Amino acid sequence: MAEEEKETKQEEIAQEEAVQEKEVQEKVRIEEPEPVVSKRVGSIQFSVFSPKKIKKMSAAKIVTPELYDKEGYPVDGGLMDIRLGVIDPGLKCKTCGSKLKECAGHFGYIELARPVVHIKFVNLILSLLKSTCRGCGRVLIPENKIAKAKNELDSIERESGIEARRKHIRIIISNLKTINKCPHCKSKQMKITLEKPTTFLEAEKRVNPIEIRVRLEKIPDDDVFLFGMNPKYIRPEWMVQTVMAIPPVTMRPSITLESGERSEDDLTHKLGDIVRINQRLFENINAGAPEIIIEDLWDLLQYHITTFFDNSVAQLPPARHRSGQPLKTITERIKSKEGRIRHNLAGKRTNFSARTVISPDPMLKLNEVGVPRIMAMKLTLPERVNEWNVEYLKKFVEKGPTEYPGANYVIRPDGKKKKITDETKEASLEELQPGYTVERHLLDGDIALFNRQPSLHRMSMMCHRIRVLPGKTLRLNPAVCHPYNADFDGDEMNLHIPQTEEARTEAEILMEVQTQLISPRYGLSVIGCVQDAISGNYILTKMLNFSREDAVDVLIHSGVTDFSNLSRKEKISGREVFSALLPSDFNFTGHSKFRDDKGNDRVVITNGKLIEGVMDRNNLGEGSGLLLRNIHKRYGKEFTIQLIGNIFRLGIEVLLRHGFTSALSDTDLPEDAKNKVREVLDNARHDVDNLIAQFKEGKLDAFPGKTDAETLELKILELLNKARNAAGELVTNFADKNSHTMIMALSGARGNLINLAQMAACVGQQALRGRRIDKGYHGRTLSCYRKGDLRPDARGFIGHGFKDGLQPAQFFFGAMTGRDSLMDTALRTPKSGYLYRRLANAMQDLKVEYDYTVRDASGKIIQFAYGEDGIDVSKSEKGTINVKRIAKTVGAK
Amino acid sequence: MGDLYKEYMDKLPARVMQELKEYLPGSVSQSKLRQVLDKTVEEYEESKAAPGECIGNVSAESIGEPGTQMTLNTFHFAGVAEMNVTVGLPRIIEILDGRKELSTPSMEIYLNKPYSQGKDIKKLALSVKETLFNDIAVEFLINIVDLSITIVLDRGQMKSVGLIPSTVVNAMKKQTKGYIVKADSNEIILKSRSKDVNLNNLYNTKEKLKKVHLKGIKGVKQVLPVKRGDEFMIITAGSNLKEILRLDFVDSSRTVTNNVFEIANVLGIEAARQAIINEVFGVIENQGLNVDIRHIMLVADTMCTTSVIKGITRYGVVSEKSSVLARASFETPIKHIINAALVGEIDFLESVVENIMINQPVPVGTGLPTLVTKVK
Repeated sequence: MAEEEKETKQEEIAQEEAVQEKEVQEKVRIEEPEPVVSKRVGSIQFSVFSPKKIKKMSAAKIVTPELYDKEGYPVDGGLMDIRLGVIDPGLKCKTCGSKLKECAGHFGYIELARPVVHIKFVNLILSLLKSTCRGCGRVLIPENKIAKAKNELDSIERESGIEARRKHIRIIISNLKTINKCPHCKSKQMKITLEKPTTFLEAEKRVNPIEIRVRLEKIPDDDVFLFGMNPKYIRPEWMVQTVMAIPPVTMRPSITLESGERSEDDLTHKLGDIVRINQRLFENINAGAPEIIIEDLWDLLQYHITTFFDNSVAQLPPARHRSGQPLKTITERIKSKEGRIRHNLAGKRTNFSARTVISPDPMLKLNEVGVPRIMAMKLTLPERVNEWNVEYLKKFVEKGPTEYPGANYVIRPDGKKKKITDETKEASLEELQPGYTVERHLLDGDIALFNRQPSLHRMSMMCHRIRVLPGKTLRLNPAVCHPYNADFDGDEMNLHIPQTEEARTEAEILMEVQTQLISPRYGLSVIGCVQDAISGNYILTKMLNFSREDAVDVLIHSGVTDFSNLSRKEKISGREVFSALLPSDFNFTGHSKFRDDKGNDRVVITNGKLIEGVMDRNNLGEGSGLLLRNIHKRYGKEFTIQLIGNIFRLGIEVLLRHGFTSALSDTDLPEDAKNKVREVLDNARHDVDNLIAQFKEGKLDAFPGKTDAETLELKILELLNKARNAAGELVTNFADKNSHTMIMALSGARGNLINLAQMAACVGQQALRGRRIDKGYHGRTLSCYRKGDLRPDARGFIGHGFKDGLQPAQFFFGAMTGRDSLMDTALRTPKSGYLYRRLANAMQDLKVEYDYTVRDASGKIIQFAYGEDGIDVSKSEKGTINVKRIAKTVGAK
Repeated sequence: MGDLYKEYMDKLPARVMQELKEYLPGSVSQSKLRQVLDKTVEEYEESKAAPGECIGNVSAESIGEPGTQMTLNTFHFAGVAEMNVTVGLPRIIEILDGRKELSTPSMEIYLNKPYSQGKDIKKLALSVKETLFNDIAVEFLINIVDLSITIVLDRGQMKSVGLIPSTVVNAMKKQTKGYIVKADSNEIILKSRSKDVNLNNLYNTKEKLKKVHLKGIKGVKQVLPVKRGDEFMIITAGSNLKEILRLDFVDSSRTVTNNVFEIANVLGIEAARQAIINEVFGVIENQGLNVDIRHIMLVADTMCTTSVIKGITRYGVVSEKSSVLARASFETPIKHIINAALVGEIDFLESVVENIMINQPVPVGTGLPTLVTKVK
């Protein structure tokens, strides 16, 4: 058993690496082999196959390019030989006797008629030929200097890697004066060059691979070390192939088309070419054909073998299908994002997952996810049968796959999976006993992982509890939108159901929403109230009063059942209603976004009563303020998540009763305000005109180090900005503070005062790259302006509000900046994505060790204490320990 | 009282200690203080990162995620046209790449006492600025007939940077061996001593002449005296920390450049690490984003552990990884696999991706502790 598992693991990896002619060895680090303990791969070693080894490990020698005989049965000695593994159901592997999917496949080999250079080693071969003697094979360094050279090379390798080492060996040799003579055997050396891709020339004459191989054979082991190679794992002559390994059929399966025709894999095609040419070469050599014909065939063989390994060699035309599309051979299979390593090995696919559109449901708890019933009946959870739950599980089996809380499969103790259907239902029910597993439908309270791409941080995948709901979308509480960065304009999200007990516990303990409350990025809550919930609480705490009945009603509807905190008065203020949610021993002082007329923004909570101030974004929103953080610290995550849910619902409930709409009339300005705005803008235009006049007369005082034109631009920009701000201020002053648009802006629920000013009064200067718009026609922005017109309107200043409407030119300027910002986003996303990928790759193996040092995988110390003090940001309060709070609780101040 | 603080010195980080000292009144009683300290130690121990925490990934997330929110707008105008400063995402990429050539090198030069009050500020700034021959010449003329170069000087410009013709000529003579230099009031004429000069040669000399360094500090292309707070200082475009620090009117303890490599060369790797932290943190703050400094520290530390600055690229930090598969999974996998095969490299599967590749538990977090048990 143990041996078998080791075999398969080795084969799996062999599929990936051995095709690159690497030998994959394994050492299994297990002290006492015991049947229950499963094996772990301890290490993987890379090396190059020797010709001997290729022959030894091969299951078959391939001699014919034919694939199948007339009956469609694989030909013996052909490329689909069943000794190389099976890809057809029903057949058995001749080598190991296993069936499809059990047999991982076996290598074969072909004997090459003439040796061929391996494309991936060409540069190394060149370096070896150049640096060793053509006569005796020794390095061209005198005996007495070899030790010194070795030290030099070693230090270079340590500093700048193995490639630098190989380059440097040439430098050492050319620094010796005895360039053309071997210091060992005194034979004369000639200049060797590489004619890309695979032809070696010595003094303009071609050196054929046979000769190359002979020379490489002569290099003694001791000298091989100098080149940063280990002769134990690779002898130089192995880089010129005499036999070639044929990968097992399992890694190049053929597809049977609907017409019954077989379509072979790219690699099989390529191998067919190689075998065919190789046979022809054999025949021609045996028949004593003229040298030219043999050379041509040899080159062709070289071409095919080269493209088999790498079909994107610069100097070679890529081998193509008949349709003209290039073949995907080994190198292309491994590399790049769609290659084996990043696509299949570092990224896996899962079963038991689902994906649909999401929609909001504020009545769900924060750590719940609404799952449509159809999904809940397809996704299942395996539950082990034991003597206490047989009856419970039988109920599920009885209902079967079509009725809701049912089950889809029953798994026998031997691992046989049986689908429950109306026919098999009875039998399954009967045989169900401890040791069996039932894959039952999802129930309320089951655990699921919920994820939205791009998964940029760990809060992008959190654990939720399932609530099976009617409908066809996944539902979540809008308060958890922020960590996922989700909205409901058609976003889709993924759901995964952990299948083992271990996975479920881990998800629950490490990933559930409440455990992710505090961001590891800045140490504050990432979950808070958003949008309507903020407006609602703002209105509630700022201006509302209730009768006792109404107050209780609101609270009941927002999920509160305990009213002991509520005051007994008949009239209850909004603040008191809000306070009913807070624990009665909670104290807090902070600041709100809102400032009253005196500029006071204090928020005071004493003994669980909101005494002063209003609740807005600064205290309820995500990522801001310490209110939520303090509650979390003091009362724990479960309470906090409950509280956020309640506050959220309270806000929405209040808004629902109060009524809330952003009306067009909110942007109306009284007549005198309009006049004032117009006046401000007119003045600005006038001032700009004056500036321009000054500039034209050359009377403008230039700022130090700047030209007059630059100074003018800066001054104009400043003036226009001032004008826009003045207009904005006018709007803010004249607007009704209690209009709903203003409430949104002031509470921080959505939008800001600039947006309001843009709607009501003046959109302002459109800027491209920090400058006024100056692109377009020669000397002007649009053809409706004069050349050299520097006035605001001709350079992208929009003096109207959105509500008044824009003139065509103004609209166009707006479109210009709009397009610019779209481009910015489009260009930024891949850039930052790549930065992130690099960071993640570079730092993925850093972890805190048991001695609290930060080390990488090889044990190298990166930091002696994480962040110099060892504090985990997600456990801190905004990155620090709050000593003030501690001092206060102890009573030292 | 001091003794009590001293007692807790080893148990609490210095910064927390400092905050405590500042916040608590000196009159606080011994027992209360002990209570506070004990409670702080308790909270500190609780908020320590747990062993096995894959802190590297957390940091990568914390920097990568806000990266999507940063602007790409490269330039931020700090005055003169040449005095741009790269900000935002491009700047972060530049630093983390470990690029030696910055797109906008710049320095902040603080000055010593009398000068920091504004004394001779313009003169000082000008003395630092590099003047090339090109800056004071109106035009370079090549006389094809008698194969000579005539340079017309800009007297006004020369005066403003404080140069007199004789120094210019002397500086030139050093650079142009084999030429006869004749200086006029407004012109300098160069003629070759040897007979066989061709036009090509002459042209090359002309181009070389343009770059002759006359005055100031090499690399400092532009200067701007500014007042920050109640102190005068000089901001430069272009940077040369080594030479600037030599000047005696410069406050060498505060003067900085934004070129991290220069700092590493002049002040050492620890200074460079701090510089990386400052620069990255500055950009992130400037963008109005909130990232804890610990994450940036970790990135800076990974870049600097080998005592040279390594960028977060396939040539830098990633190439240092001990695992073949980890390197191969990043970029250029074929190269890494081949090189590994040549030396018979062994991958001990000690980090994350390798284990994901072969479907094994990853040795971080809950995968770190192992339990050895005998099953009967």
